Amino acid sequence: MLTLLAVIIGFLYASSIYMFLRRSIVKLVLGIVFLSHATNLLLFVTGGLRSGEPAFTAEDGTVDLAAVSDPLPQALILTAIVIGLGITAFSLVLVYRFHQETGTVDLDEMAEQDKP
Amino acid sequence: MRSEILKIAALHLKPLLLSLSLILLIRGHNEPGGGFVGGLMAGTAYVLYGMAFGAEKTRQLCMVKPFLLIGLGLLFALVSGLLALLLTGGAIMEGIWFSIPVYGDFAFKLGSPLLFDSGVYLLVAGMLMLVMLSIMEEG
Amino acid sequence: MKLAYLLIILYALAFAAPFVNLYLRKYSGWILAALPILVFGYLLSQVPAVSAGTVYAEEYAWIPQLNVNLRFQLDGLSLLFAMLITGIGGLILIYAGYYMRSYEKTGRFFSYLIFFMASMLGLVLSTNLIGLFVFWELTSVSSFLLIGFKHEKPEARDAALQALLITGLGGLALLAGFVLMSIPYGTFELTVMIANPDLLTGHRLFIPALILILAGAFTKSAIFPFHFWLPGAMQAPSPVSAFLHSATMVKAGVFLLARLNPLMDGSEIWFYSLSVFGATTMFVGAWLSIAQTDIKKILAYTTVSAMGTLVLLIGTNTTYSMNAFLIFLLVHAFYKATLFMMAGNIEKKTGTREIEQLGNLRAYMPIATGIMLLALLSMSGLPPMLGFIGKELIYEAKVNAPGAAPFILAMGFLANTFMVFVSIRLALDIFWGKEVRFTQKPFEPDISLLTGPAILVLISLFLGLFPDIIEKSVVTSALRAISPDTEPVDLKIWHGFNLVLLLSAITILTGVMLYLYKTKTIAFARMVNLRYFRTRFSKRFFDFIGLFLHLTKKKTAFVQHGYHRFYLMTIFIATSVLVWYMIAKVPFTHIQLESLRTVPLFYIAVAALIIMSAIATLTAQSRLIAFISIGLVSFGISVIFITFSGVDLAITMIMVETLMVILGAMVVYHLPKYLNYSGKSSRVRDAMIALAFGSFMTVLVIKTGAAPPQDKVSDFFSLNSYPLAHGKNIVNVILVDFRALDTMGEITVLAIAAIGIYALLKVKLKPGE
Repeated sequence: MLTLLAVIIGFLYASSIYMFLRRSIVKLVLGIVFLSHATNLLLFVTGGLRSGEPAFTAEDGTVDLAAVSDPLPQALILTAIVIGLGITAFSLVLVYRFHQETGTVDLDEMAEQDKP
Repeated sequence: MRSEILKIAALHLKPLLLSLSLILLIRGHNEPGGGFVGGLMAGTAYVLYGMAFGAEKTRQLCMVKPFLLIGLGLLFALVSGLLALLLTGGAIMEGIWFSIPVYGDFAFKLGSPLLFDSGVYLLVAGMLMLVMLSIMEEG
Repeated sequence: MKLAYLLIILYALAFAAPFVNLYLRKYSGWILAALPILVFGYLLSQVPAVSAGTVYAEEYAWIPQLNVNLRFQLDGLSLLFAMLITGIGGLILIYAGYYMRSYEKTGRFFSYLIFFMASMLGLVLSTNLIGLFVFWELTSVSSFLLIGFKHEKPEARDAALQALLITGLGGLALLAGFVLMSIPYGTFELTVMIANPDLLTGHRLFIPALILILAGAFTKSAIFPFHFWLPGAMQAPSPVSAFLHSATMVKAGVFLLARLNPLMDGSEIWFYSLSVFGATTMFVGAWLSIAQTDIKKILAYTTVSAMGTLVLLIGTNTTYSMNAFLIFLLVHAFYKATLFMMAGNIEKKTGTREIEQLGNLRAYMPIATGIMLLALLSMSGLPPMLGFIGKELIYEAKVNAPGAAPFILAMGFLANTFMVFVSIRLALDIFWGKEVRFTQKPFEPDISLLTGPAILVLISLFLGLFPDIIEKSVVTSALRAISPDTEPVDLKIWHGFNLVLLLSAITILTGVMLYLYKTKTIAFARMVNLRYFRTRFSKRFFDFIGLFLHLTKKKTAFVQHGYHRFYLMTIFIATSVLVWYMIAKVPFTHIQLESLRTVPLFYIAVAALIIMSAIATLTAQSRLIAFISIGLVSFGISVIFITFSGVDLAITMIMVETLMVILGAMVVYHLPKYLNYSGKSSRVRDAMIALAFGSFMTVLVIKTGAAPPQDKVSDFFSLNSYPLAHGKNIVNVILVDFRALDTMGEITVLAIAAIGIYALLKVKLKPGE
């Protein structure tokens, strides 16, 4: 199962890199989304894979460490997901405004415009 | 060209989603849920409403401005962090708890983490409303 | 009194100088000079003790772990230099107080000058090589500020930059040399090294260290072929030239050579290289001074010549040469400071320092004429000045030079002849000769402008008449520091008729002869310069700098091309290559890849969903499809979360993804057509890069999975979730209690993002803003 997840993670990273290397700035934003997905999944895998053992204490508050999945990566990912939403929204709006001001979404054209 | 079905759905889903979001917030400490997901759900209720009725109407509907929500959220989180410092002289962000006896052994425990989580909830909801409504208004 | 206090006092004065200048502008020169002169007085009071053999030393820990400490030592050599620095420095401050009145920002000037003086004092007092280096660099930096003081003039900026680059590069070489020197000893303490010189001279790093140190000292002292920065530095105001080129800056290199002499004593190469470079510089400097017409340029080239002489004298390494070194050091400091100050006075009072536009000044400024003549007598080595004794000793040293005596003697004879010629020219062409029409009528320089030069020539005259004073006071103890085996020589103004006196007489006669045929001499010098010395070192230097800048620009344009994706490509390719190299180098054998057959079909379906959706995103022809398919990727991921116990994650992910798709749909609506900008070949290339990167991530994940982490911090959170934080949802407890401060930061980021979006959308610039 780990191997399968590893392949997924690798593919997500590859997708993100591929999108980064495109000229369209919208694709760059999609690349960022891919990157955060890939990284979230990577963090998740480092916590160990356990089925049906969510990170909750028993009713009396005790914890059987052997029967509980690692809560820390989950906590990290949880905030990362929400922040990812904020970042994606911000970059999309930035792209939109940029297009409004410059009339292009082509990074190469922006680079040309930028040159003295 | 706003769909009537969406309008009716939004109208009825909004209170449902809002109450669900509150439930998620309150039970989040012991069961799945919490401020982040609760806030997202509350925000979604307004986003849905906005999609159905338009940004302007949604803004009128909101009793509080999104900026106020964001500010309150930060304030709640900060206050909950400072509570321990001010009340018991503990470290910043140390949880403090009040036990409210309800019946017999059963007591309802209320603590600063809930205040913190409410802050998260308000902030996330406010953020979603602010962002989504602003984008919708771009027309 | 601690030596460190002297430095602290002077540095404090440097910072106080602008304020003194602001409130007491009229007397600032005299007031600021008071402290250096007091320091000089203190040093003078130490002369008896030091000449009796006392060595004051004190050490301050700086980085003791690296054997880097500040150690100050007052022995004969450092006392001699320290007295020159503070004494002449004080006189120059008095001079500058009046001279700089027509300038702006004089407060800054005094600050630089005193800062320079303090650094120079620190340099001569330090015996820890790192401390010495730091002061060395401080003098380079402050001399840069001083030379470029008239920074509105491009020539002054160029000259300052040139001086800084040359002395700065030399400084770096020097540091490298010091580090090499410290290797055999394991310490930077010079006194420790001198106690055991064979350890260095026998070490295999000796030659590299020697070359680097000579590079440092030669650049600082303007020794050929680094001599060209010094005439350029004449762009500085006259007080600066008078200070830097008489007693300080250029003498720093000579000081270092003298300081290191006891350490290098056993090395033939040391003496040979000093002799060769010294003799060459002595000749070249004197020769180049002939054809100059600018008084300060003439003086600059004679300074170059004098530095060559000093280096040569150390290299000759005989009793006479070591004595001559010390005497000539003093002689040169006295007359050169005077001459530079007088050159400044002449320029101030006539508006020019071109020798051909001057004449008959004796009628306007008799006192100045007298001072200048005495200084020139000293420079040409005529009695009764100290210069005469210096020159006699130098001749004595050259006559007795071992090895290449005839060569050195010939060089020295020519250099001295040119020196005599130049002195006569300076005296007669400026103060006698034809009456010239001046744009402003010259008159006697003011008392502040004459005090310094007058005191210096009088000392020079006095010491020329009673030379045994210096011999007893400073020469003996200084000799102990630079060449312990050398006996002091009896200094007399009259040596009797001998070979040396004959040489002196011939020198002076030849000089007079040259002057009688002045026009021809100068024309000949110019002709030779044009034909054989065509290489303009200074111009070559700036050509080199220009070439360097040009190449840098090329390189920057190449590396900083402005194309975002090529920057990223560089990073990704480099990372992939490095990580793949490491993976290939450290093979992992203990990991067994599970067979796909053991994985339930459900998971394979989820994986297929994710990968297919990702491919759909990559190849989508419309943005809407792209956003929807990336949403599908997220749903696939939330399925993974929920199957592996990430309940909260899954809910949040689904919420976020829903919103993300809505958001994407709303925004892309406003964007132009989704285009494929790149061609097929570049897409294939990018896909290769992406797969190379992604595949090593896969390998890394498998490798990490094989080694489960130990001592997990999360166990603490799990165990204490309920007892400490009364929560059963451990993830939530971490978020709102254990790591609440982190969450606080994260929601602040969210708030900032929201406000940023709002600002982007709502705050729009009006056209033209």
